Amino acid sequence: MKKQLMSGNAALGEAAVLSGCTCYFGYPITPQNELTEYMAKRMPEVPGGTFIQSESEIAAINMVLGASVAGARAMTSSSSPGMSLKQEGISYLAADELPAVIINMVRGGPGMGNISPAQSDYLQATRGGGHGDYRTIVLAPSSVQELADAVPVAFDLADSYRNPVIILGDGMLGQMMEPVSFDHIRQEKVYPKDYILTGAKGRPARKIHSLLFDTKLEEEHNWKLFRKYKGMEQNEVRFETFLVDDAEMVVIAYGTSARIAKGAIRRLRQENLKVGLIRPITLWPFPTNIIRETATRVKDFFVFEMSTGQLIEDVRLALEGRGHIHFYGRPGGVIPTPVELFRIVSRHYYQSQQVKK
Amino acid sequence: MKTVYTRPKILKEAHFHYCPGCGHSIVNRLIAEVVEEMDLRDKIICVAPAGCGMLLYNYFDIDTLESAHGRGAAVATGIKRVLPDNVVFSYQGDGDLAAIGTAEGFHAANRGEPITVIFVNNGVYGMTGGQMAPTTMLKQVTTTTPSGRNHIHAGHPVKVCEVFAVLDGTSYLERVAVNKPSAVIKAKKAIAKAFQHQIKKTGFSLVEILSPCPTNWKMGTIQACKWIDEVMVKEFPLGVIKEVK
Ligand SMILES: Cc1ncc(C[n+]2csc(CCOP(=O)(O)OP(=O)(O)O)c2C)c(N)n1
Repeated sequence: MKKQLMSGNAALGEAAVLSGCTCYFGYPITPQNELTEYMAKRMPEVPGGTFIQSESEIAAINMVLGASVAGARAMTSSSSPGMSLKQEGISYLAADELPAVIINMVRGGPGMGNISPAQSDYLQATRGGGHGDYRTIVLAPSSVQELADAVPVAFDLADSYRNPVIILGDGMLGQMMEPVSFDHIRQEKVYPKDYILTGAKGRPARKIHSLLFDTKLEEEHNWKLFRKYKGMEQNEVRFETFLVDDAEMVVIAYGTSARIAKGAIRRLRQENLKVGLIRPITLWPFPTNIIRETATRVKDFFVFEMSTGQLIEDVRLALEGRGHIHFYGRPGGVIPTPVELFRIVSRHYYQSQQVKK
Repeated sequence: MKTVYTRPKILKEAHFHYCPGCGHSIVNRLIAEVVEEMDLRDKIICVAPAGCGMLLYNYFDIDTLESAHGRGAAVATGIKRVLPDNVVFSYQGDGDLAAIGTAEGFHAANRGEPITVIFVNNGVYGMTGGQMAPTTMLKQVTTTTPSGRNHIHAGHPVKVCEVFAVLDGTSYLERVAVNKPSAVIKAKKAIAKAFQHQIKKTGFSLVEILSPCPTNWKMGTIQACKWIDEVMVKEFPLGVIKEVK
């Protein structure tokens, strides 16, 4: 396996190209500029490749929509303030049932916030984000290799469900350099493109629209989307477990914070504290079942995220009142250290042992 | 018997939803005629707006996509980059192109995207009930300028063709009207010419069409057609604003 040292942002770009992405549209924003810059260099080498530095994130997502309608694999990327602008287009992509891959390298917010890594866009990403009753699949990698691996998966999911897919990273994942291999990325599956607009040569004209004045039709369209989302919930949940079998306390964390949590858990284990990790890889659909199953045996869950508490809402919904939820969050772009988390978790661990006694 | 007038094949057997005297229906028909005469059905793609033109896909027998309000030029850009040999046009009102979608239109024009914008300037927001548009005339009464548009609070009518003309990416900009037969003939020629420019890939093309909106202007249909000549044309002069040969 050939490996090269790359930033997470650049790795996303190369993985996209290898996954058959021929259209990239983006607007500069830190901490994801390396991806836009990588695509500016790389796209001209791709047959039929298009790169546009758009006038705004609104324009970029609408160019993605146009490229997707024309049958191409299209991608855009941004960071938090830019993602707010993209929500209009993501809502239309979902309504029109068009595939697209959108990357958010989250930074501290709200408002302009800062350019440091954060996980404060969790709710925006997992609840649709724009207007209307819709969902997007959200993938949360936690290393440069996993960023690269997530891209072909995202394009395949987008094509098979005809739905926008979001890769939710953060400034740390985007900007750090790690060895990465692209050997396994192959564009194998061909998806039926019987809906795209190419000019109505030899066939009836097609129309793609989300306007449905007739409330009965709009309602039926919403239920149709709902059934599609139910299918995603049944088939697309991805997660990782780490030292959960004998755990007395289970940390729940994703992305960068899951990585920090693993470091903390290794230390905790050295001290014989039985702590494990459930790491959602799809934030939506959320790995509810594994958490619920684990709760038949484990009483203490510890949610750790780089925000004031967003993931915790899904954990609460999963647990439905079972178990006890502990929480540690650092918003605003602060990256907690494994040692810091080790201290906090061990304190909570000992306290719950006391309660149990 | 010689047929002198018939429905263009590109227009489906559907009833227009437009108000009596509305210029959109004329513009729709002209586009359909041009598409048929230039034999473009196989490769043309229409981007419909949010606005009175939003139901174009119910009338045109050509591939059509609805865009979000104002985003037509960006969506058309995405399509055209993937399908450079197709003909892609965006149909937009004055609120759509000159207010909410100013950035998308301006930058598509500046990049010289070889797309065409059919820009229907009726001086108001028709779809939402006759509010002020960027193109509303000074002193014109709308539901949001109840005592007439006053430039001190509401700015001046935006001249899209003249603004776009200074952008090097634009290759063909013409302003026409659909308020009388002679104007309609010119409007049709302009639409055809814009598509020809696109096919020759000379750059961005746009046809601005002064179009009556009797309902929201609170005028009779004939009065509305006259008002274009007597008032609108003074602010928005007709003719080719720019053509790169
Ligand atoms: C984001 C957004 N804002 C507002 C609207 C409501 N809206 C629909 S059409 C329109 C204006 C239409 O006016 P114009 O573009 O001049 O076209 P016309 O209807 O006059 O042809 C507005 C404000 C919308 N659909 N989307």
